[in-house]
Amino acid sequence: MSTTPTTPDRGPSTLEEAALRKALASTTRPPRAGALSAALTFGWRGMLKVKHVPEQLLDVTITPVMFLLMFTYLFGGAISGSTSEYLDYILPGVLVMSVLFTTVYSGIALNTDLTKGVVDRFRSLPIWRPAPLVGALLGDSVRYLIAGTVIVVLGVILGFRPDAGVGGVVAALALVTVFAFALSWVFTTMGLLLRSPNAVMNAGFMGIFPLTFLSNVFVEPETLPSVLEAFVNVNPISILATASRGLMHGDAVGGDIAVVLATAAALTAVFAPLTTHLYRSR
Amino acid sequence: MNQAPLAIEATGIVKSFGDTRAVDGVDLAVRRGSVYGVLGPNGAGKTTTIRMLATLLRPDAGSARVLGHDIVTEAADVRGLVSLTGQLASVDEDLSGWENLTLIGRLLGLSRADAKGRADELLDAFGLADAATRLVKHYSGGMRRRLDVAASIVVTPELMFLDEPTTGLDPRSRNLVWDIIRALIEEGTTILLCTQYLDEADQLADGIAVIDHGKVIAEGTPGQLKASVGSGALHVRLLDPEQRPEAERLLARTLGSVSLDPDPAALTSNSPDSDRAGEAIAELARSDVGIASFSLGQPSLDEVFLALTGRPAEESGGDVEEERPA
Repeated sequence: MSTTPTTPDRGPSTLEEAALRKALASTTRPPRAGALSAALTFGWRGMLKVKHVPEQLLDVTITPVMFLLMFTYLFGGAISGSTSEYLDYILPGVLVMSVLFTTVYSGIALNTDLTKGVVDRFRSLPIWRPAPLVGALLGDSVRYLIAGTVIVVLGVILGFRPDAGVGGVVAALALVTVFAFALSWVFTTMGLLLRSPNAVMNAGFMGIFPLTFLSNVFVEPETLPSVLEAFVNVNPISILATASRGLMHGDAVGGDIAVVLATAAALTAVFAPLTTHLYRSR
Repeated sequence: MNQAPLAIEATGIVKSFGDTRAVDGVDLAVRRGSVYGVLGPNGAGKTTTIRMLATLLRPDAGSARVLGHDIVTEAADVRGLVSLTGQLASVDEDLSGWENLTLIGRLLGLSRADAKGRADELLDAFGLADAATRLVKHYSGGMRRRLDVAASIVVTPELMFLDEPTTGLDPRSRNLVWDIIRALIEEGTTILLCTQYLDEADQLADGIAVIDHGKVIAEGTPGQLKASVGSGALHVRLLDPEQRPEAERLLARTLGSVSLDPDPAALTSNSPDSDRAGEAIAELARSDVGIASFSLGQPSLDEVFLALTGRPAEESGGDVEEERPA
């Protein structure tokens, strides 16, 4: 091997032989990483991406912020009589919308990984097999919390005053994040089935957008045609919005929270194994 | 620890995507501590073979043991001992080089401090220390490849799969990657090297299998393989096409065989060695045959293929390997 030092121009022409030898001398194999440790490491990877590509978070936060401002000031008076009253109604709903929109990006991110070679590397490592997926969603959950916090802070600035105080807001944020974690598995399944990140984005928003609007996020369902009202009342997003409102204003119904948690458990039970299976067999 | 004498033992492994049999019954036997080259054109089934052996794809038929473990029923054990450097650089573009290596170290079970230390050490050794904090998407192709190899040896594997480690690199980057591979070989790592370049297999491998249309069509040492092809060709281009019959006669006398190229001023001869080629050129000069240029080529993959299959290496079925099977 040549070791003559040469003037580097765009990087080295030769490698430092001593350093290379030292680095290549066999290392002992450490004990296998535990399932939780591997998942948390993937969560760390997700955090690093937020750090390096913060625009991505901005993209998903900006739409809910626009909706919040637009609905409050354009329609608030007409819907609830005053903008401040409407803000109390819509803010927990926009929180739900903001976080659920962010879940689509979990599918997009997974699909993007697949189009690069990095998934091959992860799949060839001796780790708990769902770790890359669970870890990514844990990392995304931090993203959900950030997106939710942005909306709540903006609401407070605009005059949102939750009756249940900070504790209620935190409980609502936690509930929404748990539901979002479960819903993300739907989009990661999509991320593994569809061809491109763009296709995941389109299909994802085609699903989440109408579901969000056909809920009680923006309006009380009583004024809707009866068929629509019936749908809105059973839409899990409505129940999640109602539960969040209840938690923030101190009049939560235990049944709503139970339905949200049960729906989250059901989504996870179906789509988490499905995602893992698809990821493994690609 | 299991000490099976063979690092890889594959029998009749098959993988189809739709109607295409990407791998059509491949047998491989790779000794521990050796470097085995799998040589073939795009779409021959190299990547699919590697992906099966690295437990990323399940074979449709046949069986294989890697370091004594079955690739289907004991896939987790295999994964604990091998590492893969994929055809697409298997690193995360949105992270820095240092973050990539630390991530892999943590996933392999190193402590936080050890993972960080190992990342620094490898970046240093592979000439990437200056780019440690830069995002990988801003790396050159050669830097990416080196980082990719570094990620594969964060914990020394017993067997390393290298899938076309130098495809698309400029000569200098290629030499750096070769230096690293040679150092790995000296450390005794068993390597399965897929390549399109005979030159690369010749430089690094001690055994080669030539693969085409998903089948092994020849196997042997680089020397045996080249002997089956002839050692190389002397290409001569004349100043004056009128002199070609004269040159043809002289080359036929000194080297035996000669063939006429489509270019009316050029001819090609098989040449057993450079001495004989030199004599032939001297003979042409003595006879006042004006030479514009001449070159002595090592047999190329094309020539190996021509010799083995009677047809040039084609890029048939290239999309099978390019497209990630769903």
